[in-house]
Amino acid sequence: MAGSTIHVEGLWKSFGRQAVLRGLDLEVPAGSITVIIGRSGGGKSVLLKHLIGLLRPDAGRIEVGGVDLTGLSGRALDDVRRRFGVVFQGGALFDSMSCRANIAFPLREKTRLSAAEIRARVEASLAQVGLEAVGNKYPEEVSGGMRKRVAIARALVTEPEIVFFDEPTTGLDPVLVNTIHQLILQLHRQLQFTAVMVSHEIPEIFEIADGVAMLHEGRIVEIGPPAAIQGSSHPVVRQFIRGEPEQG
Amino acid sequence: MAEPTVPAALRPLETLGRGSLGVVESLGRFGAFLGQAVGAAVTPPFKLRALVERIHYVGFRSLLIILLTGAFTGMVLGLQIYLTLSRFGSEAFLGPAVALSIIRELGPVLAALMVTGRAGSALTAELGIMRITEQIDALTVMALSPMRYLVVPSILAGVITFPLMTALFDVVGIFGGYLVGVQLLGLSEGTYFGEMQSFVDMRDIMTGFWKSISFGIIVMWVCTYKGFYVSRGAEGVAHATTQAVVLSSVLILVWDYFLGSVLP
Repeated sequence: MAGSTIHVEGLWKSFGRQAVLRGLDLEVPAGSITVIIGRSGGGKSVLLKHLIGLLRPDAGRIEVGGVDLTGLSGRALDDVRRRFGVVFQGGALFDSMSCRANIAFPLREKTRLSAAEIRARVEASLAQVGLEAVGNKYPEEVSGGMRKRVAIARALVTEPEIVFFDEPTTGLDPVLVNTIHQLILQLHRQLQFTAVMVSHEIPEIFEIADGVAMLHEGRIVEIGPPAAIQGSSHPVVRQFIRGEPEQG
Repeated sequence: MAEPTVPAALRPLETLGRGSLGVVESLGRFGAFLGQAVGAAVTPPFKLRALVERIHYVGFRSLLIILLTGAFTGMVLGLQIYLTLSRFGSEAFLGPAVALSIIRELGPVLAALMVTGRAGSALTAELGIMRITEQIDALTVMALSPMRYLVVPSILAGVITFPLMTALFDVVGIFGGYLVGVQLLGLSEGTYFGEMQSFVDMRDIMTGFWKSISFGIIVMWVCTYKGFYVSRGAEGVAHATTQAVVLSSVLILVWDYFLGSVLP
């Protein structure tokens, strides 16, 4: 499956008087894993919500796979969204459904697959994320790490071209952080999707990213391969990846 | 593109303007919400399973409270109206007085208030939690309409269950009046039901029916809207739930007066 390119140009977004995105530009190559890093409250999740069409920009252009999202609504926007998978920060699993039903839900509602085919796809997904044994449990009955894995399985079960990860490892211990990162990397190799991930996990994300973009004060201040970002001379990037405290 | 700063002298005016715009925007969004729900309700795909689940949630699970409040409302009415009518020697009219009060007014209004307290508040809280845990966003980005999955089944369940529960309330209430008036206070059974048959006609029943349907729409509309647009975490859910119950209750009483004035 060939991934699509994401192209963001001059993106502005304000909430009241506060400008969160200030003319942001971003390029995500097809089939890559691009990680967006930046300080908390810096607009990473707001950017992600624009990329998946949950927020409309005040100005600018967001192109996903050659389609301009900013002018779309209703069915036209849904047609683009069918190419997405999204892993939300907290998982956003439907708590009234078992883990298995959560994974089956997009297949049941969005495809014409038979019940047997859906069952087979769900079991394969559960096996991919190593959760065959907990399929019948409800999200509140499994651990945080398992919930993230179910959320990843749900996002990938429809084999999307582009997958957005909103801080997929927040709140997990270092072992689980690496486990989730390795899982994402392994699934990326298998399914060849384009991944956009918002993350704080420094330096772990350098192991899985093809590209890293640093978001600061509403703009991407530096973007490049992990090695280039790690060796960056930009003071904001250096301060962030070294975790240096603020001056004053 | 930061907004230009407003001179200090004009700030109160700006605040007033922002407040007014906020109210107009909220009213517009409230109306548009129902419009979108109606649009989704009349276009396929129809979510019958979700509708059945909502009917169970709103209707079946409210049955006990409807039966209890209906019975005691009828009993209180039976006692109070009997004591009042006996001062004029008109106890014979107890049946129609109880029946008309319940069928035209108390049945639809009290049943709606009870369902608002039990199911409406829970519905707001459920949708609010789905909003703050991004479950509604998850449906949206799956290209599945949250309106179709969460709101339409609730509003349709209100339209279907409110008249049924009102009918149950009416029957149980009339029976409660019978228990007190006939079994405790000694009025004859024939008088209680016979006079009722003479004075209560189809128009009275239809008045209660139309009221209950409109209350079903109002309660589910308000409760789903308040839950759907929750913000500010757990505190926001609590605030929205309280607002949903208060606004639904006030609208039920205001709309009851309006319908009572225009319906025959």
